[in-house]
Amino acid sequence: MVNKMRESVIMKIHYGTALAAVALVAVHILMRLTQSFAESLEYENVIANYQFLPYAGMLEIILILLSIHGFNGLRVILLELKQGRAYEKAVSYGCIAGMIGLIAYGSRTIFMVNMGMV
Amino acid sequence: MAQVSSVAEGKTTKSVTLRIARYNPKHDSKKQFMEFNLQYERWTTVLEAILDVKKHFDHSVAVRYSCRQATCGSCGMIINGKPRLACFTKISELESDVVTVEPMNNFPIIRDLAVKFERLFDTHHKIKPYLIRDDSEITSNEKEFLQSPEELENYIQFANCIKCGLCNSACPTMATDSSFIGPQALAQAYRYVADSRDKGKDSRLKIIDDSHGIWRCHFAGSCSQVCPKGVDPAMGIQFLRGYMLGFRS
Repeated sequence: MVNKMRESVIMKIHYGTALAAVALVAVHILMRLTQSFAESLEYENVIANYQFLPYAGMLEIILILLSIHGFNGLRVILLELKQGRAYEKAVSYGCIAGMIGLIAYGSRTIFMVNMGMV
Repeated sequence: MAQVSSVAEGKTTKSVTLRIARYNPKHDSKKQFMEFNLQYERWTTVLEAILDVKKHFDHSVAVRYSCRQATCGSCGMIINGKPRLACFTKISELESDVVTVEPMNNFPIIRDLAVKFERLFDTHHKIKPYLIRDDSEITSNEKEFLQSPEELENYIQFANCIKCGLCNSACPTMATDSSFIGPQALAQAYRYVADSRDKGKDSRLKIIDDSHGIWRCHFAGSCSQVCPKGVDPAMGIQFLRGYMLGFRS
C-alpha cells in the first residue's frame, strides 16, 4: 500500500494534516486560556477535560493528525538521509508502524480516562 | 590596436593566486590544492587563468571546457565557494587576491576539476525533454505548431538551460539524496509541461511524482541563485507543484 500511494497524495495528506492540526491546536490553546495555566494542569481539571466528550474527541483528532504528519515528516527526513530499496521499505513500514502504535497508545489513554477507568 | 596592446602590456595588469584543487580518485585519498601566481587583466576569466596554468606551469590539470562563451555548459566549477561557469566569471569581479577553484559538488570527480555528468544527463533524459504529441510538424500536411507570445512567455526562460549542472551542484537536497531528480531536470519538466504545444503533461508529472522526485525540494532557492543563464528552477518547481496540488491546470 505504501509503495502504491503516489507521493503527491501523501504530501497532500501531509499538508492537510498540518493545516488542520494548526487550527485544532489553536482551539486547544484557547481552551487553556479559560483558566490560569497552573489551574489547567491540576489533576481534576485534566480529568474533567478528558471526560468532556467533545474535547476528548478533539484531542483524539489532534493525536491522529499530528501522528500522521509527524511520522510522514520523519519518513521524508530518513529517505533523504540514505537511499536503497530495502532501507526505504523499512523506513516506510517502520513509520507506519510507529504512527499506528502512537495513535493506539494515545487513543487508549483518551478512551480510558473518558470512560472513567482511571 | 596599438591602444589595446598597450593596456595588455601592463597598465591594468594585476596578480592573483590561483588555487586549483587536485584530486585523482584512482590514487588520491583527499583533495589537495596547488597554488599558482598569475598576471591577469580586467577581462581575464577564470577559465583563461586555468588554461594559462596548463600552458605555462602544469599541463596535467584536468578541466572540461569548450565554447568559452557560457553556451556549452562545460566549465562549471566551484569558484571561491560558489558554483559558477569559469568562462563566465572574470577574476576582477571576484574582488579577491586569491581565487580557489574546485570541482562541482554533488558530482563524482573524474580528475581535478572535471566531473561526471551521467546523473545529470540521465535525470534530464528521464523527464522526456521533447514535445510529446501524436502529430508532427514534419510529417503532417498542417503548418508548424503555432504559439502566441503569451504562451511562449510561460516557459521561455526555462528553455535557456545549458545543462551546466551548477543548479544541481548548489542544491542541498542533491548533497544527501543520491536518488533526487534534481533542480535541472525539474526545471526542464516544467519547461515542457508549460509549453502549449506539448501533450505529455500527465506522463511527466507521473515521473516526477516519486519519493525522490519534486516533493523532496525544500525550496532553498540556491539553484536559482547560481544559474548563469537566469533560469529560475526554484520557481519552476513551485509551478509544477501547483499542477500536482490542483492549483494550476
